[in-house]
Amino acid sequence: MEPITTFAGKAVALPIDNVDTDQVIPAKYLKVTDKSGLAEGLFTVWRYLPDGTPNPDFALNRPEAAGATVLVAGRNFGCGSSREHAPWALAGYGFKAIISPYFADIFRGNALKIGLLPVTVDEETYHELLSHIEEDPETSVTIDLAAQQVILPGGRAVSFPIDNFARHCLLNGIDQLGFLMQQDEDICSYEAASPITLNTHL
Amino acid sequence: MPKTLFDHVWDAHIVRPETPDTPAVLYIDLHLIHEVTSPQAFTELRQRGLRVRRPDRTLATMDHSTPTTPRNALGIIPVIDPQAIAQLDQLRKNCADFGIPLFELGSANQGIVHVIGPEQGLTQPGMTIVCGDSHTSTHGAFGALAFGIGTSEVGHVLASQCLLQSRPKTCAVRIEGQLHPGVTAKDIILALIAKYGVGGGTGHVFEYMGEAMRALSMEERMTICNMSIEGGARAGMVAPDETTFAYIAGRPYAPKGADFDAAVARWRTLPSDPEAVFDKEMFLDATSLAPMITYGTNPGMGIPIDAPVPTPEQMPDAGSRQELDAALSYMKLEPGKPLLGHPIDVVFIGSCTNSRINDLRQVAHHLRGRKVADGIRVMVVPGSQQVKRQAEEEGLDTIFKAAGAEWREAGCSACLGMNADQVPPGKYAVSTSNRNFVGRQGPGARTLLASPLTAVASALTGVVTDPRTLLDQE
Repeated sequence: MEPITTFAGKAVALPIDNVDTDQVIPAKYLKVTDKSGLAEGLFTVWRYLPDGTPNPDFALNRPEAAGATVLVAGRNFGCGSSREHAPWALAGYGFKAIISPYFADIFRGNALKIGLLPVTVDEETYHELLSHIEEDPETSVTIDLAAQQVILPGGRAVSFPIDNFARHCLLNGIDQLGFLMQQDEDICSYEAASPITLNTHL
Repeated sequence: MPKTLFDHVWDAHIVRPETPDTPAVLYIDLHLIHEVTSPQAFTELRQRGLRVRRPDRTLATMDHSTPTTPRNALGIIPVIDPQAIAQLDQLRKNCADFGIPLFELGSANQGIVHVIGPEQGLTQPGMTIVCGDSHTSTHGAFGALAFGIGTSEVGHVLASQCLLQSRPKTCAVRIEGQLHPGVTAKDIILALIAKYGVGGGTGHVFEYMGEAMRALSMEERMTICNMSIEGGARAGMVAPDETTFAYIAGRPYAPKGADFDAAVARWRTLPSDPEAVFDKEMFLDATSLAPMITYGTNPGMGIPIDAPVPTPEQMPDAGSRQELDAALSYMKLEPGKPLLGHPIDVVFIGSCTNSRINDLRQVAHHLRGRKVADGIRVMVVPGSQQVKRQAEEEGLDTIFKAAGAEWREAGCSACLGMNADQVPPGKYAVSTSNRNFVGRQGPGARTLLASPLTAVASALTGVVTDPRTLLDQE
């Protein structure tokens, strides 16, 4: 995984609440055994017209949105299905961060695992960002992970929460599995003491 | 300090406690996997040269991309979609290479992952259970801590049998009073989500409690816990009681004899302590509930079946007005108009929410000797091969077929639009599943979520129908 430190990127707005992961990527794209082709399925219902051509009215399809790496999305982004294909598709499309008043729990965890930064901001900041993008579609925001701050176009810095461990992993480009694999001794002790005797090999 | 049910289970699974710099290492007792969310995790294991730590705590089934078409002359369920074939083959190979037991498509125990766990006795109180599927919350009905994970985490559990987790908050969901006839567990959960919204439980684990919950069967409790995720809660739990123990006793993977008695003694210590404090509370009066149905494009957009579709003026803010407008435009429904009597095209009875034997018995009871309305496609999809066998032993399949409904093989089917079972564009389906998202049941499909009772009532008339009319006829 590439380390994430500070980056600036063009922001695109999707001010819709409760965007579920079926909208991020419908189940028909989930029949793969790798991560290929998922970016093509991103927001497919909104991105394409019924005849398969791009929908010119959809925010991501507007010329000024080209190259955007930050998505400013409505409340409860990523609710519904646990499919990690949703953050894979967003990252595959080119997004590095999603900014929202709040995220669904599973999506938030999945995004952090793959280096797609879920940035939770207060309502005021969310609306301020939307106004900036509406006034200037070329609006860029800076995200400083080390400082846990979003720097808005006017220069205002807003802190965002992220747990220390996830932040450490993202800053250093390491994933969480390595840490888990180092816990073998404790896991063995736990297993020896557990009263549960289930065996799936009946 | 008094503990909640969640605290009891969480605390008993801490391998390494949470520190300011690291989340807790949480041990996972049972890991269920299926063909869709596991392949990339096995790839990760192979790339790193890792083994599956506990294949004996892992079990695989095939359910999501599988067809539910009847068997061919050789008794085989034919898979036609090349992508589904590849995905199923990959699961077979992964299970064989890593020594994981697999419930093969069409075999005696295969079925929807959240139906087979409980029916096999794999799901037990006090366990931690995960699966790469958000409806893993279903297993919480047994007093297990069960939640959906992404594919990266599937890899974590395969390799270490553990997850890195920050402690979620707890929410007591009190459901008091008694349900009126015609009102079911499905209506409880749809009403709860309508009241508190699809994000209401975010960051929390629900514990359902109260008089109405105690009165429910295990199957009904599963229906409620199943849709916890639709209320934003990653997990929902019910304290185990005599109903729970009686359900588990004698199931294939359940403890036997003295081991069962010892397990029950342990399970009796799980319920929340009387003085336990929750971070948040929700409340629902079961006595005041009517059968529920959704009109929109998330599961929180639900109304009592005899109520009109909401109007923009009833919405609290501009955001929700915009959401309602978009939903009604997709659903092609008019604000302020009743849903009752609205023509429908498809009825889907199935999914991990409502495909268990009790659901099928209820549907069959009302279809017996009757015909579904002309021009309506009615799909009855058992949750597992075991449910299918049981239904056939009871002659329910004969009733379905005689009524003009389809009796299919076990699987997720039309719940999620990733196999051949789909609702055509623009068509209305009354579905017993859990999600009415745009395109969920197929591109352009218009889903009305409801109970099996409402589904069968509507199947008989061809329009959205109050299930209490069925009871009046008895």
